[in-house]
Amino acid sequence: MLQYDIVVIGGGPAGLAAAIEARKNGVKKILIIERDRELGGILQQCIHNGFGLHIFKEELTGPEYAERFIKELITMDIEYKLDTMVLEVSDSKVITAMNATDGILHIQAKAIILAMGCRERTRGAIRIPGTRPAGVMAAGTAQRFVNIEGDMIGKRIVILGSGDIGLIMARRLTLEGADVLAVAELMSYSGGLTRNIVQCLEDFNIPLYLNHTVVNIEGHDRVEAVTIAQVDEKYKPIKGTEKRFECDTLLLSVGLIPENELSKSAGIALDNVTGGPIVNESMETSVEGIFACGNVVHVHDLVDWVTEESRRAGSSAAKYIKGQIQSNCKTIKLKGINGVRYVVPHQIRLDNIEQTVELMMRVDNIYKDIKFVIKSNGEVIKEVKRKHVAPGEMETIKLDLSKFTPGDCDEMYIEIVEKEA
Amino acid sequence: MEEKDMICIVCPLGCKLKVTKSDISQTGYAVEGNKCFRGVDYGIKEMTNPTRALTTTVVISDASVKRLPVRTSGTIPKPLIKQAMVLINKVEVKAPIKVGEVIIKNILDTGVDIIASRSMCQNSEHEDLLKACFLQG
Ligand SMILES: Cc1cc2nc3c(=O)[nH]c(=O)nc-3n(C[C@H](O)[C@H](O)[C@H](O)COP(=O)(O)OP(=O)(O)OC[C@H]3O[C@@H](n4cnc5c(N)ncnc54)[C@H](O)[C@@H]3O)c2cc1C
Ligand code: SF4
Repeated sequence: MLQYDIVVIGGGPAGLAAAIEARKNGVKKILIIERDRELGGILQQCIHNGFGLHIFKEELTGPEYAERFIKELITMDIEYKLDTMVLEVSDSKVITAMNATDGILHIQAKAIILAMGCRERTRGAIRIPGTRPAGVMAAGTAQRFVNIEGDMIGKRIVILGSGDIGLIMARRLTLEGADVLAVAELMSYSGGLTRNIVQCLEDFNIPLYLNHTVVNIEGHDRVEAVTIAQVDEKYKPIKGTEKRFECDTLLLSVGLIPENELSKSAGIALDNVTGGPIVNESMETSVEGIFACGNVVHVHDLVDWVTEESRRAGSSAAKYIKGQIQSNCKTIKLKGINGVRYVVPHQIRLDNIEQTVELMMRVDNIYKDIKFVIKSNGEVIKEVKRKHVAPGEMETIKLDLSKFTPGDCDEMYIEIVEKEA
Repeated sequence: MEEKDMICIVCPLGCKLKVTKSDISQTGYAVEGNKCFRGVDYGIKEMTNPTRALTTTVVISDASVKRLPVRTSGTIPKPLIKQAMVLINKVEVKAPIKVGEVIIKNILDTGVDIIASRSMCQNSEHEDLLKACFLQG
């Protein structure tokens, strides 16, 4: 059996940043396992710009952002295996992986970092009626076909879902000569950034239909038409509002799900809201010595946050190997309430905090002029004002715990308080 | 009167702007709805000379994948995007390519170049080659 100090599963931005940080903290034997033919993860297909504003103070494209980390990794001589799929992770930190040259591999790691990213929700997950022809595709899959493989996916296209991936594909396919007839969005607001609504839809006169969903797909071999309709408050289609578009492709951009099959095989506890592992301040999961970071924990909209979170996972894994992590100490649970859907990390072990913790959270609706209030034992320990929050934009708050005396409290709550009218 | 409604995209607040041609204003335009001064600059720029960054791909041969991602080195006027795409789509390059390499110089006389947005090595199973490709320069 192969032996490593740290094995990182997934060579996307999360895995790269975690491995680099672990090396910077003195860990020698590190291995990254990636199932794709190259490192970089999803960033290699995200050829648009807007990455890196926080970390590099520049606007980079996805591949440029990835390349900076890949370069650093190679300079540090960190080992990686490409075209290698991890099949199983056990709670005793044995990894089973497979590739065409080594066959089946068994690897014993002292610590594991899970960085498998996420996958897209498919047609099956949202139950669209109609026939089942070719031409219905997830938007990220289409992105890979167009941007990496160089295959065009259709000529007349309807997109369901107005998250950033859907919006960016609307522009991308238009530039490549397709007609994007409509973007339909179930909610009353777009899940994407305003700049993407403007630069991807308005610039190209692509109509956005809010409060709409797909009610029918026609076509035998290939999609021939898609019908959308307006929905009521209960998301039920309203009769008489149907619009039919003759088209050959329907793209679905209806959300991402953290990729946690391996986490389940290791017996790691998952959070129902995020779909990812429950983690503590060190990004450690419920199984000691197994850490997680990036989209496998919760879906991030900005890769910069992925990098920050993953650096924490990398340095913590290094500490863990050196026996510098306290596990039997006062633990505080964090909970989001009143508009805050979730908070990561889920738990904080106070002895492992040097001074501040970075809290990442998502809200359940669009709110204007609010404050986030963090309370422990009914006492307010921090308030942060925000002019605008939206479900599509992750919020981060730095919480200084150096002057915090927990007393007998073991839970903290984060909530949204709206300004009194 | 020339006027336009738009959403400011400089920050996430997304103020709804109304930009009107105005003879009284020094800049020639009056901007309403902005919560800060950056909205004024944005509104006027959108009226007078809206520009955008363009990211797309070109055909590449001898590499492990078939497309090389490219981008404009700065922003170009919005109305030129279609023309730029026509030119970019005619280009074919060969690996190896280094990130930042100029693919089309001074596209449409804008003073802006089309540059590679990643490195791509020659199609090869050898990992050493791959590493060398990344480490050069
Ligand atoms: C289609 C799409 C578009 C996006 N667009 C943007 C954007 O424009 N801007 C932005 O900031 N963010 C974007 N994101 C969010 C983006 O996911 C994050 O910014 C970032 O890429 C997440 O990094 P990661 O390393 O967690 O995941 P990923 O980049 O997904 O990397 C995970 C890696 O793990 C590998 N892996 C998974 N399972 C296994 C296994 N069993 N064995 C071996 N390897 C495995 C995968 O092959 C992959 O390379 C997008 C996400 C998606 C899915
Ligand atoms: S006007 Fe100012 S506050 Fe409003 S969206 Fe633009 S930059 Fe933001």
